[in-house]
Amino acid sequence: MSTARDKEKARLFTRRALLLGGAQAALMSVLAGRLYYLQVMQSDEYSMMADENRMNIRLLAPLRGRIMDRTGTEVASNRQNFRVVLIREQTEDVERTLDRLSDLVEVPEDDRLRVLKETRRKRGFVPIPVMENLTWEEFSRINVHSPELPGIHLEVGEKRHYPYGNLFAHTVGYVGAVSERDLRNLEPDPLLELPGFRIGKSGIEKYYDQPLRGTAGTSRVEANAYGRVIRELSRQEGDPGEDLELTIDVRLQNFAVERMGEESAAAVVLDIHSGDILSMVSVPSFNPNSFTTGISVKEWEGLRSNPKNPLTNKAVTGQYPPGSTFKMIVALAALEAGVISPDYKVYCAGHTMLGKHKFHCWKRGGHGKLGLIESIEQSCDVYFYDIARKVGIDKIAEMAEQFGLGEKLDLDLYGEKKGLIPTMAWKQARLGERWQVGDTYNAGIGQGYVLTTPLQLAIMTARLANGGKKVYPRLIRNKFQSIDGLDASAAPEEIGVSKSSMQYVLKGMYDVVNGSKGTAKGSKIDLNDWEMAGKSGTAQVRRISKKERLTGVLKAEERPWKERDHALFVAYAPYDNPKYAVSVIVEHGGSASKVAAPMARDLLLETLKLDPVGNAGPKSASRLRGQDA
Amino acid sequence: MLRELGARETDLTLTKKILDLNWGLILLICIVASVGFMMLYSAANGDVNPWASRQMMRFAAGMVVMFVVALTDIRIWLRLAYPAYAIALLMLGAVEVMGVIGMGARRWVEIGPIQVQPSEVMKIALIMALARYFHGLDMVEVRRIPYLIPPLVLIAMPAALVLRQPDLGTTLLLIAGAGIVFFAAGVSLWKFGAVIGAAIPTAFFAYQFLHEYQKKRILIFLNPESDPLGAGYHIMQSKIALGSGGVFGKGFVQGTQSHLNYLPEMRTDFIFSMLAEEFGMVGGLVLFALYFLLIAYGFAIAIRARNQFGRLLSIGLIGIFFLYFFINIAMVMGLVPVVGVPLPLVSYGGTSMLTLLVSFGMIMSVYVHRDVYISQRKY
Repeated sequence: MSTARDKEKARLFTRRALLLGGAQAALMSVLAGRLYYLQVMQSDEYSMMADENRMNIRLLAPLRGRIMDRTGTEVASNRQNFRVVLIREQTEDVERTLDRLSDLVEVPEDDRLRVLKETRRKRGFVPIPVMENLTWEEFSRINVHSPELPGIHLEVGEKRHYPYGNLFAHTVGYVGAVSERDLRNLEPDPLLELPGFRIGKSGIEKYYDQPLRGTAGTSRVEANAYGRVIRELSRQEGDPGEDLELTIDVRLQNFAVERMGEESAAAVVLDIHSGDILSMVSVPSFNPNSFTTGISVKEWEGLRSNPKNPLTNKAVTGQYPPGSTFKMIVALAALEAGVISPDYKVYCAGHTMLGKHKFHCWKRGGHGKLGLIESIEQSCDVYFYDIARKVGIDKIAEMAEQFGLGEKLDLDLYGEKKGLIPTMAWKQARLGERWQVGDTYNAGIGQGYVLTTPLQLAIMTARLANGGKKVYPRLIRNKFQSIDGLDASAAPEEIGVSKSSMQYVLKGMYDVVNGSKGTAKGSKIDLNDWEMAGKSGTAQVRRISKKERLTGVLKAEERPWKERDHALFVAYAPYDNPKYAVSVIVEHGGSASKVAAPMARDLLLETLKLDPVGNAGPKSASRLRGQDA
Repeated sequence: MLRELGARETDLTLTKKILDLNWGLILLICIVASVGFMMLYSAANGDVNPWASRQMMRFAAGMVVMFVVALTDIRIWLRLAYPAYAIALLMLGAVEVMGVIGMGARRWVEIGPIQVQPSEVMKIALIMALARYFHGLDMVEVRRIPYLIPPLVLIAMPAALVLRQPDLGTTLLLIAGAGIVFFAAGVSLWKFGAVIGAAIPTAFFAYQFLHEYQKKRILIFLNPESDPLGAGYHIMQSKIALGSGGVFGKGFVQGTQSHLNYLPEMRTDFIFSMLAEEFGMVGGLVLFALYFLLIAYGFAIAIRARNQFGRLLSIGLIGIFFLYFFINIAMVMGLVPVVGVPLPLVSYGGTSMLTLLVSFGMIMSVYVHRDVYISQRKY
């Protein structure tokens, strides 16, 4: 036992212990320094990161703008969509809950399997959609029984609804889910990423998608690490989309669709002063409601394979030879160029020769000697061969363009076609061939290369009826017109055709319907104030062979449908005080005067009755009511 | 004169011993443990169940053990030092063998109904064995290298077994704790320098043998932002919790990082992050101060002890306690890799709580028997 050694040992230990203590104190101050660095110097940065962690911004889909007709009737609206969702963690037995739900409403087996699959994949608090588009009855039945349905929740969403079904399928169009292609092509908008969000896919819905869409609202929520929402921190409602008002009148639209029945046809009714499209019809059509919820393969195949092309809007995308409806343009071109005078006459022997080629008039025996007005009235082809040759194709084309043919009319729809008005330069450039006089002959009666759309023919008729003012078609009445740079209030440009030339042509159109030899004399409106003027047209689908001419051309009804001619008719009324113009085309309709003209007449008469623009005069309206009674 | 020479050994009655316990130290332990209860209460969104209540029960049981250990004569601990080490080593071996037999990686053995983590037992047993060994050396022997070989073997065997479990954190803790005993026993400084000098190339070499997840932890530690959703997520979220707490914190049970589950392991390894988020830097520094006092207490007891075994035992145990604290806090602050070391007395968990209370029991036993003279060669 050595105390000295023990004391030395103790001293060494104390020294070493103090060294250790010092080192530990130093390390502790490092920790304190680090604490200061994190919690004071970098606090702002980490606070922000903590907020980023916990706060989630959720988009709130805005209500899509409605679309109304000109009377304020909704043609595209938002309907409540009653949905059932299931939250797994709130039920002990998913299968039993679904069984109970099946007792109340029919749950399709597919949906049941999908729900069971999703409950296994998704986190317990994520709502899984079970069924959509429930009726109010089903919805309330589930609501009453909700205490027996743990985990089942009812939700009310919005879905697009087209109350008039196929009436506006082509003009208003429809909405659909955002596709990969939409995401690439459209301007970026966070709304597009929102599950279940719908955008315009065709028609007005597509053209005015931006204003209709509105802007997204946001909801800031606090969420935990697993994504469960704990609470809502703040909410900013978005702006609902703007409502649009169409120029179309739903009553007239309905009438037109019914009147055209089973035909494959198109019609456009215009206000000749403003260009307002009062009705635009393309039949057959389809039900856009099928597209908003997802169309069945069978229905889609049916639409696609239908020879009457229900999916295309024939009124603006269908291009047809105008046939004799083009003759007003040829006549005006000849009169304005001064190559003929209004009393210029031609002898029609039923055909005319150009070199070795024989050009036929539709009337086999010929019309005899005819002036301008009679030629329009009776639609003599030989007269128009003659004056077309005199004035030349380029002058005709110039006049046609003034009347809206061969160009796009800036309609508020995608896919509008421009038609074709040939010129010498066009043929050289396009086909590499010289223009032949025979080409002019064909163009003179609206055949050959000439192509127009029903909308263009309606605009042509409106510009004839309004005395040569360049009106453009309008589909939307409210402020969005300015988007296109079209100022509705600006006075339309004048074409500058002399009044007298115009008078002769219009008199010819009057006689078509009201003259004793008029091609459409069966379709006149027998009311003094509402008399109609018009012009028939037949567009040949196939050339008539020499043999057929000898043996006699088969009547339209006797030929197969696909080989029958297209029947066209353009008209306006009232003749004395023109207000409305119409163009009708019936594909493979055969006779213009028997099929297209009565349709045009009925459409105009209905328009006059409804008088969507107004000022038709109380006198006429009361008189008509008197006649009805 | 006899008193000065440590002749109190015969007149220590149980009553005297109880009166002589470090009540200040016990109070500090209770306060620190209560901080843990509080945080566990917060972790349950303001509920004592399920964690705080269980932790309290474990703490109460641990306190009883602590008193028993504290009142046991220091010489009994001296005698038990080597047998305890041998048993702990056997248990570590048993864990290893069971792992080999095919029950997968395990860190515990079952003795009757109780699960025991041999590595926890070894933390105390190793310090006891080393204290026992150095107690038996005189000043000359401590300076001679051959005398240092047995204690190095004492360290190497359990360190190798624990590393194979694999538990890198505990391995380092054992080595560092043993190092403190070596240092306090008077092993010359240059030898430490030599060992550290040799350790660095060895570490690089050993790195090759680490498990993939251990390597990844070290790499992610160097740049946690490089892997924000993977292994770096823990450190990143912990730093966000700390930093967003600011000076005064978000308030009790108001921590967003912890209550919205962004903070991982918030009841165990990352409990300090939750505390610093809710009580801010002020709360963090108060906890530091409590730990500082606890450790200072341990040092004071070590310096005050009259026998070398008691000195080395208490400085070794308080050293391990400090290492626990330092590694855990440095880890949650992103200063060292995530090695899975709990915050002593605060983190949720029964085994480490018991180990720590036994350690404090021994430290108190050293204090109670501070004047007991133990001959260098007697045992």
